[in-house]
Amino acid sequence: MKRIRVLVTKPGLDGHDRGAKVVARAFRDAGFEVIYTGLRQTPEMIAETALQEDVDVIGLSLLSGAHNTIFPRLISELKARGLEDLLLIGGGVIPEGDIPSLKAMGVAEIFTPGTPTGKIVDFVAARAG
Amino acid sequence: MTDTAADLLAGSRRALARAITAVENDAPEAEAILRAVHPHTGGAHVIGVTGPPGAGKSTLTDHIAKAFRAAGERVGIVAVDPSSPFSGGAILGDRIRMGDLALDPGVFIRSMASRGSLGGLARHAADAAALMDAAGMGVVLVETVGVGQSEVDIARAADTTVVVLVPGQGDGVQAIKAGILEIADIFAINKADRDGVPQLEAELNAVLDLAERRPAWRPPVLRTVAKTGDGVAELAENIVRHLAHLRESGGLESRRLARAEAELLARLEEGLRRRVVAAALPPERLAALAARVVRREADPYTLTAELLAECFAG
Repeated sequence: MKRIRVLVTKPGLDGHDRGAKVVARAFRDAGFEVIYTGLRQTPEMIAETALQEDVDVIGLSLLSGAHNTIFPRLISELKARGLEDLLLIGGGVIPEGDIPSLKAMGVAEIFTPGTPTGKIVDFVAARAG
Repeated sequence: MTDTAADLLAGSRRALARAITAVENDAPEAEAILRAVHPHTGGAHVIGVTGPPGAGKSTLTDHIAKAFRAAGERVGIVAVDPSSPFSGGAILGDRIRMGDLALDPGVFIRSMASRGSLGGLARHAADAAALMDAAGMGVVLVETVGVGQSEVDIARAADTTVVVLVPGQGDGVQAIKAGILEIADIFAINKADRDGVPQLEAELNAVLDLAERRPAWRPPVLRTVAKTGDGVAELAENIVRHLAHLRESGGLESRRLARAEAELLARLEEGLRRRVVAAALPPERLAALAARVVRREADPYTLTAELLAECFAG
């Protein structure tokens, strides 16, 4: 039987992982299998993990303000591995004004603080189920 | 041969990842992939690492993998974590302890949820290990939480089983109860910088010396501190020594024969069950028969015999 596999990860030097853990937990409770890597991942590590784990979705937690750097680098690492079709989502402190350009480069959705976890789960279930 | 199998054998990591997914999902193409790679398996040293939650298995597995990498081996890791019995989902967190290995091209790590399927976990983990073997990994580490029958089954699929224990979690009798004494080829007392190590060591040794028959291989009881890497070199040496012992004593062949027998029987059971259910036991009929059993109008023994007769008559 197929189950949705999601990589939940935190790139860069930001150590605040509560949001990522809350979302990971919501995914598990929705019946998804969550690969949780913990902190301080590089875009290359994230792409390689996504490949080995054959995930359907990558969820990036970003609170450091580095989203405009990290997402393009991750997307190029994913392309190098033939993984550009993966559903890529982000969450955290990301200014509204930056969202359109992130979406234009291939990020499917950005969830900002205050988003109910159910909304994120529904989005993933609809797009990756 | 399927494309996935051919690509896997040619060294594609993506193909290996997809093949494991196919096996895990019992996808239609899984059997063809396994069939195609089977002639290319049998070369890897499969090592089971098991023990109670929080014993430090992931960190220790990370160190063991590095020791084998330093010796020039390519290493595969299958890390199993439990699925939630309520939602069926899982949080697979073994990679948190294996960050340094993420970018090593000689290492392939796959997290696997137990999925609580009827004995399916052991088969899925063993098949994933076989796929890594076929992909050229000289060492495959299979890490599981050592509680329950499916973990014992996984251990049976390994050439060498390392049981990880920590001091201060109950006496040696707990270890006997858990059935892990019988499956251990090597004991690692992890977190050995804590109190209670000599006691646990003495208890394990005492229990091992109670064995009636003197085995040719007496499981060594080692001390490790996974956090610092202390004792890991000795653990890796003992793992290699155990494989050498198995080769010399003929134990490797007998273990692998027993494993092949068990696998044939398990696959046969599953195939038969599937056929019988498909032919004679749609869900409504199963529910109706179950209701008769509960009302004491029929007994399960007679019903089983009747169903089998119905399926295999003539």
